[in-house]
Amino acid sequence: MPAGEVRRVRFRLVRYLSLVVCALAASLSAFPSPLEQAGQQQPTLPPRSSAAVQPQFLIVLDAAHGGADTGAHLAAHLDEKDLVLALSIRLRSMLSARGIPVATTRESDVTLPPAQRAAMANAHKPAACLILHASDSGSGIHLFTSSLPPAQPTTFLPWDQAQAAYLQKSLRWAAEINSAMTHAGVPVTLGRTAMQPLDNMTCPAAAVEIAPLTKDGAMTAALSDPDYQSRILAGLAAAVESWRRDWNAQP
Amino acid sequence: MIPRYQRVLLWVLLLVSAVMAIFLIRMRERATDKLQADANAASPLTPPSAMPTSDVVLMLANDTDGSLVNTDRLIALPAEPHARARYLLNQLLAEYAKPGSPHPIAVNAGVDDVFLVPLPAGTTGGTLAVVNLSSGLLQAHPSGIETETMTLLSLIGTLHASMPEVTQVRFLVDGTPRDTLAGHADLTRTYLASSAAPPPPTAEAK
Repeated sequence: MPAGEVRRVRFRLVRYLSLVVCALAASLSAFPSPLEQAGQQQPTLPPRSSAAVQPQFLIVLDAAHGGADTGAHLAAHLDEKDLVLALSIRLRSMLSARGIPVATTRESDVTLPPAQRAAMANAHKPAACLILHASDSGSGIHLFTSSLPPAQPTTFLPWDQAQAAYLQKSLRWAAEINSAMTHAGVPVTLGRTAMQPLDNMTCPAAAVEIAPLTKDGAMTAALSDPDYQSRILAGLAAAVESWRRDWNAQP
Repeated sequence: MIPRYQRVLLWVLLLVSAVMAIFLIRMRERATDKLQADANAASPLTPPSAMPTSDVVLMLANDTDGSLVNTDRLIALPAEPHARARYLLNQLLAEYAKPGSPHPIAVNAGVDDVFLVPLPAGTTGGTLAVVNLSSGLLQAHPSGIETETMTLLSLIGTLHASMPEVTQVRFLVDGTPRDTLAGHADLTRTYLASSAAPPPPTAEAK
């Protein structure tokens, strides 16, 4: 057989085979699937349940620094990280005794980066966040909110500007603290600052820096003074109580 | 008995030594005279031009009440903008290093450089000032939200008061970005010195 005849035969054979394959595929698609033959329905996604979540009033306490980050050296054998941790634990106990749920970012001397603190706080969707610091400069309470310009809440927020959408509520939260601390007889200095994790929190947030009490340049109450600490904690607890009343009154 | 030729050789060597000593002394005198002549012939150094003193505003921080107070000072500042900004900020820090300062920072020269970068005209305009702080300032700075924030606001406000074209400020430490000043105030962000448009350049600036 000549070579040209062999190529023609091969070409015809391939063409017939491809036609047979196409016909088989068409006949298979025309038949119902075994699942439909059995009378079963195709699995579907469960209907999205409208999660009726009752928001819970919860406060997040962030004791600043910790672990290798000692913070300020306030006095001999007294670092900022230890003082604010002790105050955080005492405040948590006081609030829990009043029936207020509290979450803390740390309960021991561990190193936590600011981003992790903010992530932990944001995960709780708290009614308010309170960051505790201490310093040996100045007098009384230094109360700070974020210095970011206010922004409208959106679905996605830049991480370093997340607090901007909550700034109005943060200012009201700071006003509650200011009022309660003034009532407790502790002078308050209000300010705005750029600080992490404050700028990353998606909740009404304020940073409280506790300083010694001074009058005319002379110290009248040290940071380690138990009475002074109790006054501050009572003031903060009263601020949280007042914030809860306002929060419950919201529609 | 010393042979005659050795005595002659000794005297010759002594004579040569004396001649060489006289020659070296003379050469040294000539070299000294030449250096002196060159020094006298050189044109005298121009005396440093006295920098004109100008009235500047320093925004001084007070830790006691958390205030920033505008304080006028008569300071001689360099004309070159970068040097002017650096000198100005170091003068501000020198105020904080004085005994009894209400915002104590125990460092005299904490600003190594100030770089002025014009911002694109399409954006906010103005100038971005990149302030390069020294690590010595960070080590000497007290730790605390209020005191660190006051320091940054004081530096920014003082810079903007004397150089209104500066609208944004960033901070570096030893030429590299740093997270915080002393554990609290954020150094990673760009601070707005003023959202207002900078004034038009004056005739002197042109």
